[in-house]
Amino acid sequence: MILRNYRVSFALGVVTALGCTAALIATSARAVDVTNIVIKDFKFSPESLTVKAGSTVTWVNTDDEPHNVVSDAGLFRSGGFDTNETFAHKFDKPGTYHITCSIHPRMTATIVVE
Amino acid sequence: MSDDQSRLSRRNALKCMAFGGAGTLFALSGGVFTPIDLAMARAYDQTKEGKALGKPLFVQISDTHIGFNKEANPDVNGTLTQTIDIVNAMSEQPALIIHTGDITHLSRPAEFDVAQQLLSRVRTTELHTVPGEHDTTDATVTEYFNRFGKASNNKGYYSFDHAGVHFIALVNVLQFKPGGLGTMGSEQLAWVAADLKGRSSSTPIVVFAHMPLWTIYEPWGWGTGDADQLMSQLRRFGSVTVLNGHIHQIVQKVEGNVTFHTARSTAYPQPLAGEGSGPGPLKVAADLLPKMLGVSSISVVKHPRSLAINDMALA
Repeated sequence: MILRNYRVSFALGVVTALGCTAALIATSARAVDVTNIVIKDFKFSPESLTVKAGSTVTWVNTDDEPHNVVSDAGLFRSGGFDTNETFAHKFDKPGTYHITCSIHPRMTATIVVE
Repeated sequence: MSDDQSRLSRRNALKCMAFGGAGTLFALSGGVFTPIDLAMARAYDQTKEGKALGKPLFVQISDTHIGFNKEANPDVNGTLTQTIDIVNAMSEQPALIIHTGDITHLSRPAEFDVAQQLLSRVRTTELHTVPGEHDTTDATVTEYFNRFGKASNNKGYYSFDHAGVHFIALVNVLQFKPGGLGTMGSEQLAWVAADLKGRSSSTPIVVFAHMPLWTIYEPWGWGTGDADQLMSQLRRFGSVTVLNGHIHQIVQKVEGNVTFHTARSTAYPQPLAGEGSGPGPLKVAADLLPKMLGVSSISVVKHPRSLAINDMALA
């Protein structure tokens, strides 16, 4: 399922996303149901994440520059999403998913679905 | 240096101060660039040497980023309009306009609509484009090609001839490699080889693509990973001019007969390589902004192998 470029309630969305960051890094080794990856200063944070099959991962862009999320294996591709916009993808099948921002290909992350 | 040239230099040194960051003109002769300040170039218009600079061949516009609305420039439509006014005010109109990509900020149809509407005001009607990575971020990568794909049968890369100059438009924003630079890919490079085959080495070549076709700063992806395979094909030509956008500032290099030039944006500046967290919009004081935006015009000089690049800032 690909949800693209819908706007979140800005203030709430970002506060929530940033608030989650530390917790996500701390718990990235274990599976969680719903989670966010924050994009800040041209980096995905966290850069590696483990979730349970069926989880939805939401990317939140806090940069002044648009980013996108592209599966290296060609499984899904978001549109470009701008400051305070998000992209969400539901991971149904277990596996290891490498993703890249095709606008800034040095930005990469890995999602492990258990 | 003759007395005439000496007087010209002194007079124009003063004018340069008045123009501030107005830009630089580069006269290319036999592969060697001679920088002349734009203010001096304007005075050159009145002289025999100036007239030898010839008719403007084309104007390069880049990184218009229509749709961008952040603090670095809340009015990108306005700065593109100013750019177009500068071009339209040139005493001799260029034959072509080349847009080196990032026409839009987010590849959205409404952004392309506005960009095309604004660009339609240019008196020169022949527009050639290549896509930037911001023009191809729609999930289906179709919006750019629906509008500008006809020239290339939807491949994005194509070539054409004008006034004895061979132009090659290339795409290096579609086949990204994680952690890497822009890529043209083997199919496109094979097409270039076929396009150049049998062409006389005395033909002036202009190559344009969005991302720099030489590595300016790898950590930010400011380069093209397989550019060497292109350059090896171009090396036999006596005059090659390579034009890019992407980095929103002027950077130039001369290597043999090949002159590389990346143009300013009409929308917003970006930091110098490696300064700050990444290649995002650079916020500058409002009075500085117009000096950091602009267009380039390229003229054919009398020497058959020579092109001249003239960068103009908005202020």
